[in-house]
Amino acid sequence: MTSYIIRRVGQFVLVFFAATFLIFSMVFAIPGDPIRAIAGEKPMPDSLRQTLVQRYHLDEPYMVQYYYYVTGVIQGDLGESFNQRPVLDIIKERFPRTLRLAIYAFIIEMVIGVTAGVWAGIRKDKFLDSLVKVSTVAVISIPIFVLGFMAQLFIGVRLGWLPVTAGNPPSLYGYLLPAIVLAAVSLAYVARLTRSSVVENLRSDYVRTAKAKGLSQRRVIGVHTFRNSLIPVITFLAIDLGALMGGAIITETIFNVPGIGQALYQSVIAQEGAVVVGIVTLLVIIYAVANLVVDVMYAVLDPRIRYD
Amino acid sequence: MTDTTNKTPAEVLAPDVVTPEVVPPQAPTQDKPASLWSDAWKELRRKPGFIISALLVILMVVMAAFPTLFTSVDPRDCSLIDALQTPSAEHRFGTDLQGCDYYARTIWGARASVSIGLIVTFFSTIIAVALGSLSGYKGGWLDSTLSRFTDIMFAIPLILGALVILNALAGSRGVLQVSAVLIAFGWPTMMRLMRSSVLSVKELDFIDAARALGASDWRIITRHVLANGITPVVVYATITVGVIISAEASLSFLNVGLQLPAISWGLMINTAQNRILAFPHLLFFPGLFLSMTVFAFILMGDALRDALDPKLR
Repeated sequence: MTSYIIRRVGQFVLVFFAATFLIFSMVFAIPGDPIRAIAGEKPMPDSLRQTLVQRYHLDEPYMVQYYYYVTGVIQGDLGESFNQRPVLDIIKERFPRTLRLAIYAFIIEMVIGVTAGVWAGIRKDKFLDSLVKVSTVAVISIPIFVLGFMAQLFIGVRLGWLPVTAGNPPSLYGYLLPAIVLAAVSLAYVARLTRSSVVENLRSDYVRTAKAKGLSQRRVIGVHTFRNSLIPVITFLAIDLGALMGGAIITETIFNVPGIGQALYQSVIAQEGAVVVGIVTLLVIIYAVANLVVDVMYAVLDPRIRYD
Repeated sequence: MTDTTNKTPAEVLAPDVVTPEVVPPQAPTQDKPASLWSDAWKELRRKPGFIISALLVILMVVMAAFPTLFTSVDPRDCSLIDALQTPSAEHRFGTDLQGCDYYARTIWGARASVSIGLIVTFFSTIIAVALGSLSGYKGGWLDSTLSRFTDIMFAIPLILGALVILNALAGSRGVLQVSAVLIAFGWPTMMRLMRSSVLSVKELDFIDAARALGASDWRIITRHVLANGITPVVVYATITVGVIISAEASLSFLNVGLQLPAISWGLMINTAQNRILAFPHLLFFPGLFLSMTVFAFILMGDALRDALDPKLR
């Protein structure tokens, strides 16, 4: 177990360096003059150009530039925006809102997704099961930006139940509609995963044993089946945190939530490469850490899985 | 197998597919040997879910290939005087901000989505099958190298990776560029799937038998390992078409996908986004076609999985 964790952490370190190198190469290996991008239309004096070239290490070899970039990332320096605001500051300001949005979405998908999945699983092949199956495929099929606009149009404007935009600073009430939209797709996955996991466990030997011992239906399902069925769901939910961060780009843009996703979108529009890379690097690191935690958690939660 | 416990969303859609070894290698006592695929086909023909999805897929592919069968109006022939009309007899889906016929644009929009979906899935699957079977069959250092490389690509979520590269490609983003980027980030999951499938197949007796008969590695891989191990990848690839179409639309919506004057559903919604509340038809029609196409491929993958999974028989 310990050796597994050590190996997995080692892999994480490798993935971290390789992934940041990839992102770095993708952006900075592409021909172009970043100084021109800062200067824009205005002509730039040679002295200023020299200063900037030295400041951003543009005269150094490629690998040295990567070295500066990755040591910066490790020390929390993710670069600067055009108006020289550190990307980390932008993240510090905006990240808590995205986190809140993600947590609300998380709660919604946990409660509704798991309930629907268990419900469908214990009534396999009955009407309710088919309903859950078809409706989850339908929800998964609607791209999140279409879903977002639909929710805005029908729930926000036509019915007037919830505010259309989150407001700044967003209120709990304002977060609700974007959180529902953000949760919708993952919710469908959670429901399907829970369902198949429940179906599988209901066929297992230990459930049969529990029934044979004369335990009540409630105890067989509630304790024996439910708890074991949750293992894959928990691991999915942890990874899903990464997906929620990605989905936040679209949801925050549509509902005007001033979070990290909106910042990313705005910097894409403004062609602010450094901010885009900074935020994406952060999100990739979060995703990698979530993956690491999940793998280790999985090993702890499910002793049937041997790692050697 | 230490690192495949994680599931990407699309894997959740196809949770039970990795058990090719349960398939009886020889058909039971029947006159004609029934293969897994012919059994599956017999079952699929009777499944309403498969029939509906197959019809939808055919419809969308025909629409993408021959848009003129559905509309004779030129989607680029616009007159500003007709801008922002709601659906009427003359313009069935209304018109957009430029006064273009929205029906014609929605029909022509199928081409970009469907071709990107198919191109990306085709090439990602080829990469995944080649690397996955090599990695799983050969093992050793080749396996370690390929698997670590896959881990690295897997660490960058599709939308985020594509966003960074496509953002840098501003100004020259056509179907080919968008497809290439989506291929680069699309294959890792399928490679893992293929690898684990090959790992379980290669331990089976008929592989030993083939080797004892003196078959070359190439013959064993192509004739025996692939034939028996590719099922989960086929199911997953079907779903991937839908996932990629959705990803392309999302990227176009985020201004990092296709660019005007290209016609694509994601782009149509992007251009319309500030007017959706006043003119819902601008969202509704491209959104409906987009969702229906994604739905068709995902439903088809679902039906394929049910039919090909022997555990459910």
